[in-house]
Amino acid sequence: MVFERKHILGLEELSSDEIRLILDTAESMKEVSERDVKKVPALKGVTVVNLFFEPSTRTRASFEIAEKRLSADVLNFTPTESSVVKGETLLDTARNLEAMGASVIVIRHAMSGAPWLLARELSSSIVNAGDGFHEHPSQALLDLFTVREVKKEISGLKIVIVGDVSHSRVARSNIWGFIKLGAEVRVVGPPTMIPRDIEKVDVRVYYDIEDALEGVDVVMMLRLQKERQESGLLPSLREYSRFYGLTRERLRLAKEDVIVMHPGPINRGVELSSEVADDVHSVILNQVSNGIAVRMAMLYLVASSGGNA
Amino acid sequence: MKSKVIMDSETITRALSRIAHEILERNKGAKELRIIGIRRRGIHLARRLVDKIQELAGIKPPLGTLDITLYRDDFRRRTDWPSVQKTEIPFSVEDKNVILVDDVLYTGRTTRAAIEAIMDYGRPASIQLAVLVDRGGHRELPIQADYMGIKVMTIRTQKVDVLLKELDGRDEAIVLQLDSPNEAG
Repeated sequence: MVFERKHILGLEELSSDEIRLILDTAESMKEVSERDVKKVPALKGVTVVNLFFEPSTRTRASFEIAEKRLSADVLNFTPTESSVVKGETLLDTARNLEAMGASVIVIRHAMSGAPWLLARELSSSIVNAGDGFHEHPSQALLDLFTVREVKKEISGLKIVIVGDVSHSRVARSNIWGFIKLGAEVRVVGPPTMIPRDIEKVDVRVYYDIEDALEGVDVVMMLRLQKERQESGLLPSLREYSRFYGLTRERLRLAKEDVIVMHPGPINRGVELSSEVADDVHSVILNQVSNGIAVRMAMLYLVASSGGNA
Repeated sequence: MKSKVIMDSETITRALSRIAHEILERNKGAKELRIIGIRRRGIHLARRLVDKIQELAGIKPPLGTLDITLYRDDFRRRTDWPSVQKTEIPFSVEDKNVILVDDVLYTGRTTRAAIEAIMDYGRPASIQLAVLVDRGGHRELPIQADYMGIKVMTIRTQKVDVLLKELDGRDEAIVLQLDSPNEAG
């Protein structure tokens, strides 16, 4: 199969075959990351810009390592130090970067849909590194990759996503991905944090974490943004943790070989207890290292796709 | 499309047997040998060479597989991009005699990419090239085979195909006459 997309914007629009091709390509990329010389010349001469309008350390670092391992030329562009402060529009900023020779733009933006705007207006390949509450494809793909690596097959697995689903692009992209690959997806969280129409996409909603954990293969914890408490969606962090925090006792309700995931950074003692974060079921650090291989695959595939010639 | 068989099952088996002998002679045994097949057909030829060398020398040289997609120099010049396959080299190449195995040597570009890839794994004592068919006259780089099954002179509008039991159900090397030069591979 040949990857024909010029952009990777979200999991909603990818087919299951396209998702599998990205994951398979990431396996080859992982082998590159395990060598002594962690570099291949595939993107030599290709300029990739990391255009991050939202603060992010790990996603940007992960993309940057991925780009360097493919021998791309990398430019990090962050709005605090740029002309955005002077009032330049998103599109003008991106057009300027393109005029400097960028052919792949990795964008993170607080506005949902920003990557689609660039994809429509520019000739570069666009990779979405997170847009608003909408999608975070590289995170979902690395989560799928990590689950597939441990469980071999995603189809038939039971996955529960725990926490603030409403405000989570990680949850949205993962829901699309896991459903497309044939898993059963559950979500659980306070009613204020579960989107109203979510059952329309074949997701089971729970409000009690203990019911939701029953018999699952994968527990995916979402990061709780502390500012949600200020906006009144949560009474207190302590109460959230008492109702929805993952503890060792609760984890016993899941399958014996359950894996625990978290997109990071972890709030220890809030979403999950320290002992759960560090125990044998946790694949949190595997997610981080797999993230590089998956991002290499995404960049390689968009840069080499026919539509980009 | 006209085609001509240049090697059959028997001549392929005999050629591989001769190549195994030549490899052992030139490298003074099998001790420092590492055999690496280039995807896809090179892998099967490499496996057969490993078995033959074991039969002759009593030592089974370690076998690796190489996918050169990430090392190609025609990136962005083609649209039918092959998907990236896994490379597995489960040994150190440091100070070893690496035998690269491929089915056909044509422009030399695949070999160039393979050499670059091997170098990323370490510094071998030598890299030698074994191919089943050497297509003379079209080399684009200063590369030649150290061991070959057969050498054929072809024109650009011809294509050389190697069929192997493991993938195609039979062993055969054929020269095909294409209608247009664009199809040549």
